[in-house]
Amino acid sequence: MSVTAPLPRLPLPKDRMQHLERLTQDLDSASLWWLSGYAAGLACKLAPAPDALEMRTAAEPTTRLTIVYGSQTGNAKRVATQLARQAEAAGLSVRLLGTDAYPIRELATERLLYLVISTQGDGDPPDDARGFIDFLAGRRAPKLDALSFAVLGLGDSSYPQFCVIGRKLDARLAELGAKRLLGFAEADIDVETVAGPWAQDALVRARERLEVLAPANNVTPLRRHVEATAWSAARPFKAEVLANQRITAEGSRKDVRHLEIDLSGSGLEYEPGDALGVVPRNPEPLVDAVLHALHLDGEAAVTHADATHPLREWLTSKRELTRLGRPLVAALAKRRGDAAVKTLLHPENGEALRRVLETQQPIDLLQRHASEWTGEALVAALRPPAPRLYSIASSRASVDDEAHLTVAHVEYATETGTRWGAASHWLATRAEGDTVEVYLERNERFRLPADPDRDIIMIGPGTGIAPFRAFVQQRAAIGARGRNWLLFGNPHFRSDFLYQVEWQAALKNGSLHRLDLAFSRDQSEKTYVQHKLREHGRDVYAWLENGAHLYVCGATTMARDVEKALRDVIVQAGARDAEAADEYIVALRDERRYARDVY
Amino acid sequence: MSEPSDLERIKRASRHLRGTLRESLAEPVTGALHADDVQLLKFHGAYQQDDRDVREARRLARLEPDYSFFLRLRLPGGVMSPAQWLAMDAMAQRYGARGLRLTTRQTIQVHGIRKVDLRAAAQAIHACGLDTIAACGDDNRNVVAAVNPLLSRVHAQIFEQAQALSLHLRPQSRAWHETWLDEPPTDGNEPEPLLGDAYLPRKFKIGFAVPPDNDVDVYSQDVGLVTIIENGALSGYDVLVGGGMGATHGNAGTYPRLASPIGFITPDQVVALAEAALTLQRDHGDRSDRAHARFKYTVDDRGLGWTKAEIERRTGFALQPSRDFAFTQRGDRFGWREGGDGRWHLGLRIPFGRVHDSEGIARQTGMREIAALLAELAPDAQIRLTPNQNAFVAGVPANLRERVDAMAGAHDLALHRAGSRLALNTIACVALPTCGLAMAESERWMPAFLPKLQALLDKHGVCNEPIDLRISGCPNGCSRPYLAEVALVGKAPGRYNLMLGGDHRGQRMNALYRENITEPDILDVLDELLARFATEREAGERFGDFMARTGVVTPPLPREAAA
Ligand code: SRM
Ligand SMILES: Cc1cc2nc3c(=O)[nH]c(=O)nc-3n(C[C@H](O)[C@H](O)[C@H](O)COP(=O)(O)OP(=O)(O)OC[C@H]3O[C@@H](n4cnc5c(N)ncnc54)[C@H](O)[C@@H]3O)c2cc1C
Ligand SMILES: Cc1cc2nc3c(=O)[nH]c(=O)nc-3n(C[C@H](O)[C@H](O)[C@H](O)COP(=O)(O)O)c2cc1C
Ligand code: SF4
Repeated sequence: MSVTAPLPRLPLPKDRMQHLERLTQDLDSASLWWLSGYAAGLACKLAPAPDALEMRTAAEPTTRLTIVYGSQTGNAKRVATQLARQAEAAGLSVRLLGTDAYPIRELATERLLYLVISTQGDGDPPDDARGFIDFLAGRRAPKLDALSFAVLGLGDSSYPQFCVIGRKLDARLAELGAKRLLGFAEADIDVETVAGPWAQDALVRARERLEVLAPANNVTPLRRHVEATAWSAARPFKAEVLANQRITAEGSRKDVRHLEIDLSGSGLEYEPGDALGVVPRNPEPLVDAVLHALHLDGEAAVTHADATHPLREWLTSKRELTRLGRPLVAALAKRRGDAAVKTLLHPENGEALRRVLETQQPIDLLQRHASEWTGEALVAALRPPAPRLYSIASSRASVDDEAHLTVAHVEYATETGTRWGAASHWLATRAEGDTVEVYLERNERFRLPADPDRDIIMIGPGTGIAPFRAFVQQRAAIGARGRNWLLFGNPHFRSDFLYQVEWQAALKNGSLHRLDLAFSRDQSEKTYVQHKLREHGRDVYAWLENGAHLYVCGATTMARDVEKALRDVIVQAGARDAEAADEYIVALRDERRYARDVY
Repeated sequence: MSEPSDLERIKRASRHLRGTLRESLAEPVTGALHADDVQLLKFHGAYQQDDRDVREARRLARLEPDYSFFLRLRLPGGVMSPAQWLAMDAMAQRYGARGLRLTTRQTIQVHGIRKVDLRAAAQAIHACGLDTIAACGDDNRNVVAAVNPLLSRVHAQIFEQAQALSLHLRPQSRAWHETWLDEPPTDGNEPEPLLGDAYLPRKFKIGFAVPPDNDVDVYSQDVGLVTIIENGALSGYDVLVGGGMGATHGNAGTYPRLASPIGFITPDQVVALAEAALTLQRDHGDRSDRAHARFKYTVDDRGLGWTKAEIERRTGFALQPSRDFAFTQRGDRFGWREGGDGRWHLGLRIPFGRVHDSEGIARQTGMREIAALLAELAPDAQIRLTPNQNAFVAGVPANLRERVDAMAGAHDLALHRAGSRLALNTIACVALPTCGLAMAESERWMPAFLPKLQALLDKHGVCNEPIDLRISGCPNGCSRPYLAEVALVGKAPGRYNLMLGGDHRGQRMNALYRENITEPDILDVLDELLARFATEREAGERFGDFMARTGVVTPPLPREAAA
């Protein structure tokens, strides 16, 4: 869009202003964007800018739109950022903040608030939204009669607790007296489908409420802008697979792969802690099985949302075929299928539904509840495909343009055949030289301490080890003097000790200072990382007191047990009561010394 | 003499074999021990190994080698009680892989024990009154003694002497007890009067033979003692020194050697004699080059005369002139025999010493049942292991014969009833996948190879000819191949040196006939030679003798004769 708007009155002196006006006259938007980035670049040199869009304008609440996002893997942030940019381009005064950065006391005076928030874990909030939510839920929450709001929830309907966090916030804001501008919206893994239209409506409503101002004097530095529009799930980079090596021994129940992917030419500059998004293709045998089960012709052209492709293509690359979602369950229920499916959707059957969503794939249901399907109906009932994220297990400082991944191959048997996880199977079956479609998913909340002298404690059982391989590589490369402590666990020492020789070498050459291992099935009583954490509680506490940063990566359930253990450790070693321990943990999180990357 | 080998440093620095073994064992990040401790561990009767079948796969998987350990018993004369067998069987089932492995020195190895289980396994051994002290390492190894069941009384005497000797020459260090049992650690400055702080330059082996059987291959021992029986009673021993098998491909300075006779001693002189030979080797053995450190090289470097004189100087008595003796065989006498004491002995063929239940074969179960029966009803009966990797059930009361026999028959332990002589006599070393020095398969190859060779024997009408065949996966010669009529010595995967012309009594060494050949070539060559043997042999002539007589090969003369 081209903006011919008067330039901001503030904060430039008149003479400079005139120069600027002359300079910017009838420049096209690209040039203006570039110029803005250039200026931002200059500004950064003088004073490191906060995320340039995360601004606090002088504008009065009455004249200002506040957009707050709670985001774990960046989707909500992306949606919110786009909305903010559009609002701003439309001349509205906007401020964009993460839930953790939002000055919660200002809520009482807030007039217009849009909230974009995802649901994590098992109906948990994103880590950075905990404080925000606790405050709202609590008794200290103010009356909000003056506030107008709208909430967009992000979620994944394959989880029973679909978008619950967004829904709860929406309800709570209304309960506190705020006025709902838009009904609560739920975005599934095909985020844009719902988020796009919602943002448009939201923009219209905001316009109605706020007098149009000059475009804000904050703009996006070009770097960020370009990156925002660089490789994405929609426009992935075609990367070559350099290596695909199983790193669990024969006889292990797990098939874990180490993949090396060539990013050269992509301009993707990841940092330790970031994840790589992978756009998979569904397993061919699965597509065949679906076609066969429903007696459908893969070559038949199918039109959906004014796109037309052969059905096989829809099912292979344009639909989610391994993660079961509500839409399909609902579609099945509508058909004169058996009552079992129908009852699943009753709220009181949440548990049953959860079990189905967690353990069944679409094919399982389609095979069991045979009924007439058209290609169109099927495509409509299936969700658009969602990319999968994989923590990057390498540091560019030591592997240049490569990105390494540690992927657990999801593969299991059912009575009606083998089932696979779409992305992990896609990756596990890529040969050297094949290409995979990837993009970069930044994770600013999972970063090494800026101060290389800080100690770090890394808890990463199973594939949770991945980002810590990157961390240790990075800290070695920059000669960080802080100590690195890794806690790892898996079923068996002999077959499942991921990157064993690398850790042994790291211990020898001093790039890893401490390694504690929990191999759960090597002895009668199972031991996990949380047991090790308790066992070494005094040391853990001492490290934390000494300023150490604590990182947890891996399965959601593990992260929960680890946090319980951490609480106990702080209670015992720190001689605190439970409440104080919680505060201690919250403080760690606020200081960004406790970061989790769970899935 | 040049630089001492690194092992000498390790031994001296080890505080009498303690090193940092306890720390190594506790280290959770690896299944291996610290490099120096790997060497010291041998003196404790254990070996660190890794599964060579999966080495490459694990390297690619960024996993360390699949480390495991074997424990080897110190079991003089190969004698154990049924209860001890049961204890070892249980230990192997709980901690080991591939069952129990009877060795060519009359003892048991249990392979595949994980580092974390090693202490528990050693404690199980200790609990049944056994130990593994000096079963490996630079010390006096397991003392072997003839198993001859026909002479119960003499056997008992020999066995006692073997046992006494083994105990007397054993390291005095408490390292073993401190490392494996719960004996509190000490600084380790107890005296090591015989072996010294650096122990021996190399392994040292002593064996007792009882003519007419040479089952211990007395000519392969560092010190061989040949029982001289005069009118039914033990009068003493002929002494042989400097035997050994080990050689290294492409190192002419290394060679197998027949032990040389130096005289006769009386039973009461055995300990003094052994001590003298051992301390001589301790003081004069080569500590710089381990390939040249065995007693046999000391003997050759100094000369046999000097050696004998030095031994006499150390014992303080002169050796009497050697007596006469004659060996007629060296294989085990399988099946039932009645001993002098009216008890019965059952010789069992255990192919390549492997007592393990696998592929429908239940030998481990069979031996367990027999041992359990005896432990209950005849606790003074014995399990006797032979130097040919076989086992005897000894001292069975007549009334239990039937039941023992039935158990053997039901569990693949009665091969002597059906098996050909070839199948009964062949010896193969362990080799792959555990042996770190193996260049070719040995034990694992036999089930595939033997039937092919048997087919040739059948073809030439000598199907039950007793041909001593021995296979070693490398030139170290753990199956004592250089004393076999036909030997295959591994040189590379699937490739062997074919040696011919040894004699079946173990008194003449064989010689290289074809180098580095594969199975098909081996079979072709033997096919041709067996054809000639079948037609041209003299009455009763053995294959090895035929090879030598007809000049197919020219076996080396004994050193003393050559000199
Ligand atoms: C188990 C056994 C072979 C068998 O199939 O029974 C065996 C197995 C090994 N022998 Fe042996 N030797 C065995 C009897 C022998 C014999 C025969 C004998 O002693 O009657 C010899 C030839 C006689 C001699 O010592 O000269 C023998 C000469 C060697 C040598 C060569 C020594 C030399 O002087 O060069 C080595 C290599 C070394 O010591 O450096 C060796 C080394 C080994 C090792 C420990 C390999 C190593 O050092 O890494 C083998 C372990 C393989 C495994 O996975 O179990 N083994 N070894 C025998 C155990 C005997 C025992 O219970 O103590
Ligand atoms: C930030 C982040 C980082 C991540 N990092 C990593 C990483 O480093 N390494 C890694 O391996 N993963 C990582 N993941 C997880 C990864 O993104 C995928 O979720 C995972 O690989 C599974 O995806 P898939 O496509 O293979 O399986 P899907 O196609 O998503 O799942 C297949 C379906 O099969 C069913 N199913 C799966 N297993 C079973 C079973 N055993 N029994 C019955 N049903 C079953 C379930 O219904 C599941 O929905 C990360 C996730 C996130 C969010
Ligand atoms: C580990 C994990 C757990 C999740 N749990 C839920 C859930 O319980 N309910 C839900 O609706 N969505 C769940 N999701 C899906 C996310 O909410 C969805 O991917 C969303 O787009 C993420 O937005 P964000 O990147 O802003 O965090 C989960 C995602 C992950 C990775
Ligand atoms: S002969 Fe060689 S291969 Fe066979 S066990 Fe002995 S050392 Fe190993």
